[in-house]
Amino acid sequence: MRMSQAKTTVKQPKMKMVTIYVMGKKYEVPEGLTILKALEYVGYRLIRGVGCRAGFCGACATVYRFKDDYKLYTGLACQTTVKDGMYLVMIPFVPAKKPVYDIEKLKPDASTVISIFPELTRCVACNTCTKSCPQEIQVMDAVQEILRGNLEKAAHMVFDCIACGICSMRCPAEIVHYHVFQLVRRLYGKYIAKKSKHLEDKLKALEEGAFKEELDKLVTAGPSVWKRLYESREIEK
Amino acid sequence: MGEYPGYPEEFWESIEKVEETRERRLKEVYRRITPEEKEELLRKWHPDYRPEGKRKLRIGPNKGDSVPNEVADLLEAHALINPDEISLEEVDYDVDILIIGGGGAGASAALWANYSGVPADRILIATKLRFGDANTKMAQGGIQAADRPNDSPVLHFIDVIGGGHFANKPELVRALVEDALRIIKWHEELGVMYDKDEEGNFIELSGGGTCRKRLHAAKDYTGLEIMRVLMDEVLNKEIPILEFSPAVELLMDDKGQVAGAVLVNLETKEYLVVRAKATILATGGFGRLHIQGFPTTNHYGATMDGVVMAYRIGAHLVDMDSVQYHPTGAAYPEQIVGQLVTEKVRGLGAQLVNAEGEQFIYPLEPRDVVASAIIRECYGRNKGIITPTGMRGVWLDSPMIEIIHGEGTIKRYLAAMYRQFKRFGIDITKEPILVFPTLHYMNGGVEINVYAQALYPNGDPIPGLFAAGEVTGGVHGKNRLMGNSLLDVNVFGRRAGISAARHVKHASIGKLTLNHVKRWEEMLKKEGIKTDRRAPILLPDYRGPRVLSRAINIGI
Repeated sequence: MRMSQAKTTVKQPKMKMVTIYVMGKKYEVPEGLTILKALEYVGYRLIRGVGCRAGFCGACATVYRFKDDYKLYTGLACQTTVKDGMYLVMIPFVPAKKPVYDIEKLKPDASTVISIFPELTRCVACNTCTKSCPQEIQVMDAVQEILRGNLEKAAHMVFDCIACGICSMRCPAEIVHYHVFQLVRRLYGKYIAKKSKHLEDKLKALEEGAFKEELDKLVTAGPSVWKRLYESREIEK
Repeated sequence: MGEYPGYPEEFWESIEKVEETRERRLKEVYRRITPEEKEELLRKWHPDYRPEGKRKLRIGPNKGDSVPNEVADLLEAHALINPDEISLEEVDYDVDILIIGGGGAGASAALWANYSGVPADRILIATKLRFGDANTKMAQGGIQAADRPNDSPVLHFIDVIGGGHFANKPELVRALVEDALRIIKWHEELGVMYDKDEEGNFIELSGGGTCRKRLHAAKDYTGLEIMRVLMDEVLNKEIPILEFSPAVELLMDDKGQVAGAVLVNLETKEYLVVRAKATILATGGFGRLHIQGFPTTNHYGATMDGVVMAYRIGAHLVDMDSVQYHPTGAAYPEQIVGQLVTEKVRGLGAQLVNAEGEQFIYPLEPRDVVASAIIRECYGRNKGIITPTGMRGVWLDSPMIEIIHGEGTIKRYLAAMYRQFKRFGIDITKEPILVFPTLHYMNGGVEINVYAQALYPNGDPIPGLFAAGEVTGGVHGKNRLMGNSLLDVNVFGRRAGISAARHVKHASIGKLTLNHVKRWEEMLKKEGIKTDRRAPILLPDYRGPRVLSRAINIGI
């Protein structure tokens, strides 16, 4: 059951190796590794360019090319498997200042977003952002929706953004998309999405002490009472 | 994308069986097992019950307590710094509140300290990697709060304490379930984009071990959405943040108070002295210790630093014997082994089935029960699927979700999961997911009270030290339920921030000292503990064996 032991009980097929170039330097690594694991395999102990290791944090933005291929590819090092002949470099940081604002004082419309991020109007609709997004977000279309004032649609379109910053590094208009999108999502969440009535009601009951007596009793009741209550719960289908 | 072949040839015989039984299973509800059966299942198959995985601590406030070997290794280790080499005369940062950790608990503590009157520039967040690099961001499924008409904090309390095997500290559970409603309201005001229906009420699902539908979600990026909103707000409040600067030791003063910490700049290796009237530990858990060799869902920085530092100044630990293995970690493909497959997949109706296509456990039993059942299926009954790298796993029948809730549900509510597997050629709307338990959560930790004060073994608060989130124990007892850790970091982060703000109004710091580290070294000697290990370890080391065996120290 010990995982490492479980692995050794099965005969391992011989590893097939591929060649990668880390910032131009050549290494042989086992086929099938992610870029992140390949860097560790060859001896990098990473501080930058590594985070959740599961595609959620955007720390490991990576760009790569292949010999005789003009195209610049992008991906997350923790989610992209090495391929033979890959020339790669991680870009673990994007220089981009986040403007400071007071969300309480904003209006949920396009002019708010443009006043905080005036460069948004410089979008030339080249679509390079969209093509570079490892989350497959329609980045350029979302920018256009914001300019048209459709914040609700834009907020949903960009929901899966993990702020890796690749789009912002490719953008000829120097837009910092992930900061823009953060503002748009908050404006939607705070001002456009309806507030929950259920929550409001229950919170009011709580603050008025509706559960106080029962909880007072429960806290001191002890395991035998908890056990009885737990085992006789009615479970909602 | 699309260039990966998906499942290997040898899996398909079993996948076809899963497909054949699917229609029948759609109507089939696996029975819930009895409390007696549960106990036996856990005792026989849960990794926590393997005696060889643990040993008794030989030192410190919890001496004699049984903990996983990997935990004992670090709690019985030498300090990372030599107190004689650190000058405390020169203070680099002099603040009211030092927050160690930049995840959900740290961010929440910072905001609530600020709301409570501590000016932004009197707070400092020190974090090991980037601000927001934490397990919070990786939490997928949701956050619990009892706001639906048929629910109440009372029912939430019963679920939490039952899930925790009645070992929880009840007053902490009460704080968790009462504050839950306040936290969701706060998030609504901040603009967190929860999944809502047309009226604005939350779309809520069941989680393992919950008796009501109580999980608030933001697709399957719930933690990411909460974390990035909290981060945005911390940045808007202009609260100072030191990135790539983990704490390596707490500081004390000559009055016996905790008085800040020694940090290290990870890139230059320069140490930094922070003096603080209140210190909040928000350092998270221990997934990267790979307890019993398990893969983990956790962040790269989850190395238990906070527990190590607090233990050295005498903090009491609770439930450190208890480890949460998430039942459904990815078992294939190799590139993502151990990564989380959110419980929400089961919440939406996917069943767990063995190689024959048959169910073997009700999918929404508490996590420790489901994990044990999967291990039994694979290693006790030999009804698992064996992967090309020798891992075993069972099927999580995700295509059921599309049948039950309609086509497109997975892409809409499980976008992260869909993307994760599609990257490797597996379409989870059509094919089941191969899963096996993975190391997920540190159930125990530093004992706290309802004010998020860290405690000595006698129950007295440690002056100046607060703690919140996964680094603490007592909230979840021996087993945390889904959706209660996102809640925990917010509830106790908030409480730590408020308590610390109150504390600093009256606190004054004396002469800084690292004498507790010297005393620790003497204790190691006295107990006859011989080891080369030093802790905290800060980061795991995944370098390849060849390069490690040939590395030489050239001093640059």
